[in-house]
Amino acid sequence: MYAFNYHRPKSLADAAKLLGDASDGKFIAGGQTLLPTLKNRLASPSDLVDLTGIAELSGISVSGGIVSIGAITKHGAVATSADIRKAIPALANLAGLIGDPAVRNMGTMGGSVANNDPAADYPSAVLGLNATMHTTKRKIAADSFFTGLFETALEESEIITRIEFPVPKRAGYEKFRNPASRYAMVGVFVAETADGVRVAVTGAGPCVFRHKEMEAALSKSFSPDALKGIRTDPARMNNDIHGSGEYRAHLVGVVAKRAVQNALG
Amino acid sequence: MTISVTINVNGQPETRDVEPRTLLVQFLREHLQLTGTHVGCDTSQCGACVVHVDGKSVKACTILAAQAQGAKVTTIEGLAQDGKLHPMQEAFREHHALQCGFCTPGMIMSAVDLAQRHPNPNEETVRHELEGNLCRCTGYHNIVKAVMAGAQAMRG
Repeated sequence: MYAFNYHRPKSLADAAKLLGDASDGKFIAGGQTLLPTLKNRLASPSDLVDLTGIAELSGISVSGGIVSIGAITKHGAVATSADIRKAIPALANLAGLIGDPAVRNMGTMGGSVANNDPAADYPSAVLGLNATMHTTKRKIAADSFFTGLFETALEESEIITRIEFPVPKRAGYEKFRNPASRYAMVGVFVAETADGVRVAVTGAGPCVFRHKEMEAALSKSFSPDALKGIRTDPARMNNDIHGSGEYRAHLVGVVAKRAVQNALG
Repeated sequence: MTISVTINVNGQPETRDVEPRTLLVQFLREHLQLTGTHVGCDTSQCGACVVHVDGKSVKACTILAAQAQGAKVTTIEGLAQDGKLHPMQEAFREHHALQCGFCTPGMIMSAVDLAQRHPNPNEETVRHELEGNLCRCTGYHNIVKAVMAGAQAMRG
């Protein structure tokens, strides 16, 4: 790692100011993606501003059909929260599939969503459940939040404070993992929400995306068989040492059927 | 530039002036000479560096010492009490759950955390929970036996 200054503010206002004052600052939450990036010297921020000392970023609450999760909530806490498991079991199950137990004890939901790794799990739940990101400046709907490879609608020094998930009628997640990294080769989150069926695919392309053909088919009949014959364009898939575009496109269909099956219980 | 970091390590408050980029595992090994915590892959995959931070297993190669400021850290050196091995350590010895022994400190720290969350784990649970700990001697068979026996001994 290159050298950097480290700060651990107690308030959001201090955090934004520290980042603004830094020549090239970065926020850090759990650091399970950022620290490996720094260790490989792929980034060299002048300052790290640690958000985990800010009390208002923590906490889980469920009320009025909304699950609200503080941005620095760890994956392990989401996976084991009785409240979340009762309201949106698919979300708790997804959290329990991220990394391994020790990684889940550090990594945070806000960090994962803000980073928008193309193979991360949470973006699919955020998009699939039509969640809303509450930030220090505004509310951002999932459909306009994820803008590209590692890109989001967040502005410089804007911080996600919490994420609100409307409780769906039913939802399911299925992930085909890369056996070494445990990241999704393909992950599909399917949800039957008040606004219709949503299908969000992660890992397969450069950014999480909604599969509109599958949504239309599942709206008519919410069953794995409804997805028969729906093709995914290999040209839109990632093509790398872990799998070709054709392989990933095929996996999207297989994994989506399993996600629907999971939603049906 | 250095910063002052205080971490309670194995029941003892330890304060050191370190560079902000110091990892917790470097703090333990290089500043406190607690070399029981191993660095295997340095990429958060192998689990040889697992320690407990406020009672939960964490990969010490992927957390800054500064992030553990004020926390309680337990390393493999902190498990035995009054010269008596922790039940999980004893189970690893009894079941010969090591070959070269390099992964053992991390395996045991993960196993203790596992047993605290799953007091009566079956084999499937143990194998699943240890997915973040690699044994390159591939000695998993006896490790799994030891973890199940150690969890039972911890129940008392």
